[in-house]
Amino acid sequence: MFDILLPSLVDGLMIGFVYGLAAMGLSLIWGVMNVINLAHGPIIALGMFGLYLAFNTLGLNPYLALILVALAGLLLGVLIYYVAVQRVLTAPHLSTLLATFAVNMILIGIGTAIFSVSPYNVDFSMGSMDFGPVRVLWTRVAAALAALIATGLLYAFLFRTRQGKNIRAVANNRVAAELMGIPSSRVLALSFGIGTMLAATAGGLIATFFPFTILAGGGYELRSFVIVVLGGLGNPLGALVGGLILGMLEGVIPVFMQTSWVPVIEFALFVFIIIIRPSGLLGSRV
Amino acid sequence: MKNRLFTLLTLLVLVALALGACAPAAATPTEEPIAPPTEETSEEPMATEEPEAPPMTETTLKLGYTASLTGNLNVSSGRQDKGLQLWISDVTAAGGFQVGNEMVTFEPIFYDDESTNERVQELYTRLATEDNADFLISPYSSGLTGASAVIAEQYGKVMITTGAASDSTYKLGYTGVYQAYTPASRYLVGAVDLLQTLDPTMTRVAFVHESDQFSTDVVAAAAAYAESLGFEVVLNEAYDTGTTDFGPFINKIEAAAPQALMGGGHFQDGSTFAKQLFEKGVEIAYVTLLVAPPEPDFAELGDAAFGIIGPSQWEPLAEFSPESAAAAGLEWFGPSSAEFVDAYVAAYSEQPSYHSAGGYVAGLILQKAIMDAGSYDPDAVKAALDAMDVLTFYGRIKYDTSAESHGLQLGHSMVYIQWQKDDAGTLLKQVVWPLEGASAETIFPIR
Repeated sequence: MFDILLPSLVDGLMIGFVYGLAAMGLSLIWGVMNVINLAHGPIIALGMFGLYLAFNTLGLNPYLALILVALAGLLLGVLIYYVAVQRVLTAPHLSTLLATFAVNMILIGIGTAIFSVSPYNVDFSMGSMDFGPVRVLWTRVAAALAALIATGLLYAFLFRTRQGKNIRAVANNRVAAELMGIPSSRVLALSFGIGTMLAATAGGLIATFFPFTILAGGGYELRSFVIVVLGGLGNPLGALVGGLILGMLEGVIPVFMQTSWVPVIEFALFVFIIIIRPSGLLGSRV
Repeated sequence: MKNRLFTLLTLLVLVALALGACAPAAATPTEEPIAPPTEETSEEPMATEEPEAPPMTETTLKLGYTASLTGNLNVSSGRQDKGLQLWISDVTAAGGFQVGNEMVTFEPIFYDDESTNERVQELYTRLATEDNADFLISPYSSGLTGASAVIAEQYGKVMITTGAASDSTYKLGYTGVYQAYTPASRYLVGAVDLLQTLDPTMTRVAFVHESDQFSTDVVAAAAAYAESLGFEVVLNEAYDTGTTDFGPFINKIEAAAPQALMGGGHFQDGSTFAKQLFEKGVEIAYVTLLVAPPEPDFAELGDAAFGIIGPSQWEPLAEFSPESAAAAGLEWFGPSSAEFVDAYVAAYSEQPSYHSAGGYVAGLILQKAIMDAGSYDPDAVKAALDAMDVLTFYGRIKYDTSAESHGLQLGHSMVYIQWQKDDAGTLLKQVVWPLEGASAETIFPIR
């Protein structure tokens, strides 16, 4: 049993870092502007395709290509904000939900037209190494490291730079921040852009080890909702911790029972956390 | 407050998504099917008889069906649709086929079912009632076909099903639904036979499969067959549709130490499974996966595709011909494999998959039944289908006529392909089973 449990635990934790990174984008956007971004899934999928195109057509190393994917994700997020979100930001929440859902449908429609729903694969491998019963794939280690680095950079940006402090100020009190001369609209656009950048980056990392389709982001979007509640609403570090917990559950549960129990346990945990600790394990904070 | 709001909205979104999936969508107007090929089809692929005596009249029958132009089935369904369109185009180009004093052609009435059961139920009802389709062809996939078959039966329409292998649809007492595919219960039987032929000392086999109805039916039958031959099933486990991380399953497979692995489900999960088996360096001699390996796109996996075997409903390399029909004492009908492939490539600039061949043969079966019946009266066509035993480029077509499983395909058999490499190291498919149709020897063990 131990021979199965330990490798499954390690596999789960590795993928959990990437789940956390994907959820971080959703968490940040909610934390700063109270918007649930229903376009989160297709943005993750576009991150996958971005990496695929950079790798297959430009011949770039996937991790170098990830920088391009991140930049493209940032720009796409800013564009989505100005086109679809900004005007409904002060409207009831249903408006922002519908606006981002519309973006979701548009992105999936365009993606299906271009790529169909055929699976694509980034044929890239860095090999593996055995540590006792555990075989570690280096692509997963690299993805976990990239997720950690992205988290560190996000925190450095939020706490050490003027723009980051502006984001936190707007998140805390938008009116007060505007009175202090902070251009809240630009700050919100940047926040949305960073949120989508994190989602696209996570998508790019997932593409290095799983084949994918334009619809592949949906599963990660659902997981992101659970992770955000689990880790702490609006708390990026909480999202990373939530991702690790979810990854660990997905790795370990199938060792003991059928995989159909995984969503049962995940969502039972979701409800449990809502009841006993509505602010999530690490509390809400940007 | 904000946190509760998020939670509330998240739950609202999840409930809305679930309700949305259940709600019927509004009907959309008839769309043009995928560009029908016209000029390229100069061959005479059908056994069209020369008109003998004037006056001949022209009759156009309405052929109703849906295809998944959108949603998660659009690739396979799109290819099936192209195959069917090619058949319609071939019939039209030949001036129709003769039924009594009439030259019969078909007018397709076609909708996008969006890969959902709800749309299929709505649209097939419309095809049967408002559009008054004379005959129906099924959508792609066992699930959607099950939803459409009940409507075809309810309105007394003859339906040829294709892209639908699950046995269960034909166990419901339907009398007008006829299957083109080899049933799921016989999908992996040949893979077990091949394994035993390759190495009779092999005893340990694992089954890891998608938890949908089709894959579960396939594996249940294959596992029972393997055990009947003396194999020990050391692992038999299902994974959820949409699974992307096969790490836990691979760890279980390694712990169970099978010599052979069979299973999979559909393209996405099958290709992901194959890739991760390769990356994890699982020591296994024989791997057969459902659905994914026969697809040309499977080669995108690179070295991870090498050695993987997959059952296929049809392969161009598996040659059925008028000569093999004569040798088997069967009637031959329709174009040869080469004629079909050439016409398909000319029309669509891509190689046909077995889904494409399945679409074409569904039309061909209907044509043959109408010609045999000498009428397009549904009861006469049903009688002709019940009596049909014919060889086509796609293989043999013969139906179960028992009350328990009426319309189940009995004549057709799977072929098994394996991804191998040519001298230049390029991946290519080879037919490895049945041996009489094999284009290469099986590479065994693969690792």
